[in-house]
Amino acid sequence: MDVQAEVLQLLNNITGEDLSNQMDEDLFDTGLLDSMATVELLLDLENKFNIQAPVSEFNRDEWNTPNKIVAKVKSLIG
Amino acid sequence: MPNLQPYADPMYFVYLLIALVPLAVGLYFGKRINWYEVLVSLVFIFLMFDGDASHIHQGYALIVYIIWEALLVGWYTKYRQSKNSTPVFYIVTILSILPIVAVRIAGTGLFKPELSLIGFLGISYLTFRTVGMIIETRDGSIKEFKPMYYLRFVLFMPTLSSGPIDRYRRFIKDIEGVPDRATYLEYLSKAVKYLFLGFLYKFVLAHYFGDVWLPYCKSMALADPNHFWSWWLIPVMYTYGFDLFFDFAGYSLFAVAIGYIMGIDVPMNFNQPFRSKNLKDFWNRWHMTLSFWFRDYVFMRLVFTMMKNKWFKSRITTSNVAYVLNMLLMGFWHGLTWYYITYGLFHGFGLVINDAWLRYKKKHNVPHNKFTEGFAIFLTFNVVMVSFLIFCGFLDTFWFHR
Repeated sequence: MDVQAEVLQLLNNITGEDLSNQMDEDLFDTGLLDSMATVELLLDLENKFNIQAPVSEFNRDEWNTPNKIVAKVKSLIG
Repeated sequence: MPNLQPYADPMYFVYLLIALVPLAVGLYFGKRINWYEVLVSLVFIFLMFDGDASHIHQGYALIVYIIWEALLVGWYTKYRQSKNSTPVFYIVTILSILPIVAVRIAGTGLFKPELSLIGFLGISYLTFRTVGMIIETRDGSIKEFKPMYYLRFVLFMPTLSSGPIDRYRRFIKDIEGVPDRATYLEYLSKAVKYLFLGFLYKFVLAHYFGDVWLPYCKSMALADPNHFWSWWLIPVMYTYGFDLFFDFAGYSLFAVAIGYIMGIDVPMNFNQPFRSKNLKDFWNRWHMTLSFWFRDYVFMRLVFTMMKNKWFKSRITTSNVAYVLNMLLMGFWHGLTWYYITYGLFHGFGLVINDAWLRYKKKHNVPHNKFTEGFAIFLTFNVVMVSFLIFCGFLDTFWFHR
């Protein structure tokens, strides 16, 4: 399973944009992600990868770009 | 012994800065003198709550409160190491907010006003920190209870009375380490800047807005024979709004500056809120540690629960319901008066309208340029000022208690 492609697909569903060439874009600064979209992302990740990412583990500085999200997901899959 | 209210007069700063010298020297040489930090903190907390009977009473209330909360968090952490039941989590959360709920109910004067005796300056901020810890323990993010860490976090002296509201894990990382010299020097230079800016805000600007102009505008409004509307309400609104900002932002700058001197990276509370382009932007800039607390511990968790259990079909409904409940709760937190609750609802529905507009704008490619942005800032500023007029409670006096 290609984690990066899957994460990008989830992000595309949520933000309505293909982010594959903006892997280091800050998604909160650009307004593509907000609290609402974040929760959707966490739920999607939970369903897709069967990983638990509780809201209190969600630190914006560690989840703000597609690259960082991919890295986080990989570390949570273990 | 004298009573010293935090940041209230220039002498407070003189005493506090002198007392912090040994700590600062230690940090400069790469050592955090924990016992000294605790000692200075205890002395200054003691000075907040001594003097006359009413302050001493608050001091006792603080001691009882902190024992109660420490026992709760301690017990829950122990419980959580082996079990994780949802009802237990809710019961513990309710027990931890019980003191502030009682104080708020007593504050209405309608029912058991003597309960207000369990209150003290800063109770709501201590409650935010404690409840945040309980929630993170529930999530498994906090695994251990260390009484000294708990006390140092919840009772952190510079932020005891009115925030900013830090987070436990962030705070602990700071007190377990020592900033390197370059970082600490940067903290000190920021601290100096923030102290001077704070003086300007609190002792100059807030003084003129709050102690000089606001009372004048209020008296003019109250002298108006019309009991429903007075043109003087408009200057009341703006002077109050600026007074609120400069007073609270000034206070917050002091708290952050003292935190820096103590080697703690206390989070900022304000980021040029009057330059916000919309209401959502405003809540990312105004009393940030409070609004982020509500965002992380109320809004996001509410949305998470609602989406997971599919309460509503549409995500728009979900977020709208969460906005209103979130801001309503914030209104209740300020106090059980019609104007605080209206203020909460005002911002809740304001965010709903704001989101609808942002969706419309995206869909219809509404033109965007310097003028529309300027207009957006102007509009947001005035909407916020109207909300402050509600919040300040003057309308209550103006309409009902002349």
